[in-house]
Amino acid sequence: MAVGIGERRDNRLAYVYTMPALMIMALVIVYPFIYNIILSLSNMNLTHFRDWRLIGPGNFWTVLTDTTMNLKLLGIEVPDFWYFFVKTILWTVINVFFHVTIGVFLAIILNKDLKGKTFFRTLLILPWAVPQYITALTWRGMFNSEYGAISIILDRFLGLQVPWLTTEWGAFTACLITNIWLGFPFMMIIALGGLQSIPDELYEAADIDGASWYQKLKNITIPLLKPVMIPAITLGIIWTFNNFNVVWLVSNGGEPSDKTHILVSWVYKVGFTYFRTGYAAAFSMIIFAILLVFSWNFIKRTQATQAVY
Amino acid sequence: MRGPRTLSSPARIASYVIVTIFTLFAAYPILRVRAISLRPGDRLLDKSLAVIPPDATLNTYVRLFLEEPFLRWLGNSIIVSAAVTLFGVALAATAGYGFSRYKFRGRDTAMIGLITTQMFPLTMLLLPLFIVLIKLKAYDSYFALIIAYSATALPFIVWQMKGYYDTIPYSLEEAAAIDGCSQIGIFWRIVLPLAAPALVITALFSFMTAWSEYLVAAVLIQDQNLFTLPLGLKMFQSNMEVSWGLYSAGAVVVSIPVVALFLFLSRWLVSGLTLGSVKG
Repeated sequence: MAVGIGERRDNRLAYVYTMPALMIMALVIVYPFIYNIILSLSNMNLTHFRDWRLIGPGNFWTVLTDTTMNLKLLGIEVPDFWYFFVKTILWTVINVFFHVTIGVFLAIILNKDLKGKTFFRTLLILPWAVPQYITALTWRGMFNSEYGAISIILDRFLGLQVPWLTTEWGAFTACLITNIWLGFPFMMIIALGGLQSIPDELYEAADIDGASWYQKLKNITIPLLKPVMIPAITLGIIWTFNNFNVVWLVSNGGEPSDKTHILVSWVYKVGFTYFRTGYAAAFSMIIFAILLVFSWNFIKRTQATQAVY
Repeated sequence: MRGPRTLSSPARIASYVIVTIFTLFAAYPILRVRAISLRPGDRLLDKSLAVIPPDATLNTYVRLFLEEPFLRWLGNSIIVSAAVTLFGVALAATAGYGFSRYKFRGRDTAMIGLITTQMFPLTMLLLPLFIVLIKLKAYDSYFALIIAYSATALPFIVWQMKGYYDTIPYSLEEAAAIDGCSQIGIFWRIVLPLAAPALVITALFSFMTAWSEYLVAAVLIQDQNLFTLPLGLKMFQSNMEVSWGLYSAGAVVVSIPVVALFLFLSRWLVSGLTLGSVKG
């Protein structure tokens, strides 16, 4: 009988192996994390950079109620936090929805016996392979109102002039399109892996019973893809919520007038452009709390549903 | 009888049409950047949509390498990326092994801690790091970037290496121990060579983290002599009227090695994930 992992006697070696990495991480992750908590309780900003002091949890309240930016949702003025919170939710939901739908859809097609599917698969992975900042900067160029390819195509063939980068929701849509472009290949590859592991016999049996393609999709493909897709979707949600490469670079740091932000990009701007350090630290803590609560619940709930299958 | 993967003729045609449309969607921005990089300098703002400009020239590339500090940025990026890769692989290879093979006090806490860091918004670490680096006067240096990138890459690669070690049968190590191999020897001569595929992925991931990062670099580096490629290309791009061609040429040069490597490894990407799903 094999000895199980961890039943070795000499545990001192475990520390030899893990200590270097854990010490580095304590230095560059744990220490900044604790420092961030202290900053979030301080009044550090551009005018109090050296002579800062602790002022208690006031920053957290300020974050949730601050209306410095005079932002409006559906005509109603809302605090900055809630405006960007709504945009972040929209950003995450729309992105992940399209990533998964397009990804699974293409995977289903690529899983059939099409000629040249390796060729198509390789080209379809391209958006994943290109460095994100290059994707974002390139799409920003393509959205340029005069010389951008998208504007030229829309104008020439449809006579449309869309103010992509100069309006509140135009810029947001531009960011969305860019991020959908770069995100679907990941879901496609995950789904393709899942599909290849579904045995053909299941479909053959369904064919004998005279099942329609929709019944097969609903009763075989989707349930059997679920255990593969759920972890990928969880990761996708966390990444999308936190990833502001595209938002930042396509909107050139939040243009027009700091409206095109998600929560994280807004904190980045507040922290490093306006130097409201204490405020930004508290803001980061709130974002982290949101993600932690979400992930905890999501993982618990999906584990419960997975047990059904 | 038709197999379940066989398509009827109309469905086949529809599938080709759909896949082709999405492939064009995926490839177009890349073709576009390449087209602009080939334009002569005086026609950058042309409204042509041609995929190969009629008077294509490599002048922009020559300018990029000879007249602009592109080689300096390339050098900076290589130094930082190589350091992060070496650092990352060494630390993840050992820590992953410790987590996979030993049970020790604090192990579970550390593992959960690693996952939790994936939920940190970037600013939560960057803001304190930024202030500490200013105080240490280590701001504007390779060191600052290497520390920041290692912090972002480490949790994920440690976790990944641990997952791979878990798949290597423990009985191999027992056999080696019976043959008189020391514990360190087992790790160095038996386990590490078997983990070579995971080490390659870990190296690739660490390298890409550093090679393609913009947001952290934008905060930690102000000195133009220390600019990495992303900072340099962003500078071209924000000055689009003048440097659109330079940006495009730079984007092509930077992307080619990464894309080639990625596509080369994509075969294993699919099969690796399939394996996981069969077991899961």
